Amino acid sequence: MLIALLADIHGNREALSACLADAARAGADRYVFLGDLVGYGADPEWVVDRAGEMVEAGSVAILGNHDAAILNPSESMNPVATAAIDWTRGRLDDAQRSFLAKLPLTIEEGDRLFVHASASAPDTWIYVLGPREAFQSFRATHHRLTFCGHTHYPALFNESARTLPQLHVPDDDWPIPLLGQRRWLAVLGAVGQPRDRNPAACYGLFDAARNRLTYVRVPYDVELAARKIRKAGLPEFLAERLSMGI
Amino acid sequence: MARAQLTAGMTIDGFRLHERLHRGGMADIWRVEREDIDLSIVMKAPLLDFEGDISLIVGFEVEQMIMAELKGPHVPRLVANGDFAVQPYIVMEHIPGPTLLKRSLERVLPVEEVFQVGAEVAAALSDLHQQDVLHLDLKPANILFRPSGRAVLIDFGLSRHVHLPDLMEEQFHRPMGTTEYMAPEQLMRVRSDRRSDIFALGAILYQLATGRLPFGTPARMRQVRRRVWRDPVPPRALREAVPAALQEIILRCLEPMPDARYERAADMMLDLRYPDLVVLTERAERLQQSDFRTTFGRRMRAAKTMRTILASASRPPPRAPIILVAVSLRPGLEAIRQALLETAASVLANMPGARIACVNVIPSSLIAVDENVDAAGDNIHVQRLVELREWARPLGLPKGKITYHLLESRNVAGAVVDFARSNKVDHLIVGAPAAGSPSAKVSSRITAEAPCTVTVVRRDSSHAGEIAQGAAEPRQQRYAE
Repeated sequence: MLIALLADIHGNREALSACLADAARAGADRYVFLGDLVGYGADPEWVVDRAGEMVEAGSVAILGNHDAAILNPSESMNPVATAAIDWTRGRLDDAQRSFLAKLPLTIEEGDRLFVHASASAPDTWIYVLGPREAFQSFRATHHRLTFCGHTHYPALFNESARTLPQLHVPDDDWPIPLLGQRRWLAVLGAVGQPRDRNPAACYGLFDAARNRLTYVRVPYDVELAARKIRKAGLPEFLAERLSMGI
Repeated sequence: MARAQLTAGMTIDGFRLHERLHRGGMADIWRVEREDIDLSIVMKAPLLDFEGDISLIVGFEVEQMIMAELKGPHVPRLVANGDFAVQPYIVMEHIPGPTLLKRSLERVLPVEEVFQVGAEVAAALSDLHQQDVLHLDLKPANILFRPSGRAVLIDFGLSRHVHLPDLMEEQFHRPMGTTEYMAPEQLMRVRSDRRSDIFALGAILYQLATGRLPFGTPARMRQVRRRVWRDPVPPRALREAVPAALQEIILRCLEPMPDARYERAADMMLDLRYPDLVVLTERAERLQQSDFRTTFGRRMRAAKTMRTILASASRPPPRAPIILVAVSLRPGLEAIRQALLETAASVLANMPGARIACVNVIPSSLIAVDENVDAAGDNIHVQRLVELREWARPLGLPKGKITYHLLESRNVAGAVVDFARSNKVDHLIVGAPAAGSPSAKVSSRITAEAPCTVTVVRRDSSHAGEIAQGAAEPRQQRYAE
């Protein structure tokens, strides 16, 4: 089974289309949306509809903090994100909102756990940025593999008997064996708003049979996505950051 | 981690254990068999049943992970990895041995054999590095040979794959390795410098050439520091028969500063294969260790030196590619030789640090003259070397950045391709005489079979030196229009 892991799409239609096409070419037969379908980008309706269709057809999706903020305006966020969420809320219809409302915080599949942020407290959206947060997340689960997003920085941690888990920054497009006797925490980069200075969309391909995870980078039409953000009247910074990958 | 003792006759995942071939400090090696596998194979199983040293377990994980990434003749072929939850093991191709350790313990090797063995191990190391793996525990006990003479590297428990998580670095905050062969930067837990392997290979060659270890057998990791200020006794002082070129190669590998060593194993291999071409420095002439004052001064500066070593080891090394230019010396080809020269200069300008290997093939028929074979052969050799040097003079390259090679073969294209392959050439430049002439076949065969990028330089009176990449389309078409 080849699982495509898509985190932090943030209403970026161009990036999601490019990643889905790439995953299909690679032969992915399962799709997992790791939260934050909306927020920041100019195509939230399209993204929610696409995810909805795919979930209908057997894919799975979990809730991210931006998705939650659509339903519950009290979620605390920075002013730019709040502006984008307020704009997005007006764009979604009841069906789309109720799709988001039904998303679970976590999904378990055998030895795999899917969650948007740290597994230590899924509804408080803790960023897994370093060894300490990774350690907390490991401690909260018994799963061998945890896949999450939220930080927009690709990262990979493995549990150690001796020390805190160390941060490994994965090389792009290089299959990494997730050795069977260890527990791993994979933070996927963002599909719709990468922040690691590489503007290409980032998603994960996990080959369950060979036990290998690849952080795939997919160039997409950044200019078009940025133009749409400007046209929608969203904050200029949201358009600018896409082409810089920040 | 207590597990059932492995015994002969047991079957694990279909592998039937026959006999224990070796009991090491960390693992046992069993000869095994499985019906569907038509290859002589062994099983390496870690000794996990004693009070667990965690480095052993992690080392075995690392070895499983890295062997699964490696291919080619210089590593044993991986057959299967055993699950840690049941019985960890690695089943791989059986390389009968003996190890280089055994060979070197029996006797001091003849000098020619040191060159030959060294070149084979350097070739294996270069192959490993090209697959993005650093061995980091290279020593005679980890080197075997195929019947063909090719070296096979084993034991990847301390190795590092540059694209994969480094489990060793994550787990251990102390340096790991074999003190006798370890580079000084490894003492500071640098696990990302290919030149650490070059250092180890230098120590191995020292041992093969002299029967002694360059830095003795330090009992503690901390004593490895000493090699930063104390240079080894020059090999020629221990064994007169060691040629200057071999001493130069060995001492260059053993430089404390990574920048002063060979940049790539392929460069070292080239020097070991062609000792006549080694650029000799003061290192080659040394017959004594540095005097007390020098050593004392170095010792006082050791802390600073260590910092410099660390800085130089953490920088990504510059690339020093090899450019091969196949030069035909036949009369009447002056124009194409000129075009080759211009192309070589422009390729060189785009590859900083690159070196050029000028290759000329002497058809064997020319040498096999009835009488005075040696004299005639020698004359041809000398004459051609002079001509090659003359050809390259306008490039103005310093010694060490250019080498000259005469190959004897009936098959010109094959000889050039073999040279390119066995010397890990990065870019091959060859002239294509006028299309349709019989020698055009040579360049097209080279283009088809070369293991690297090929630039075919076509003679062109009005556009001398124009380049066609790959199999050149005849430029004549342009004139036909």
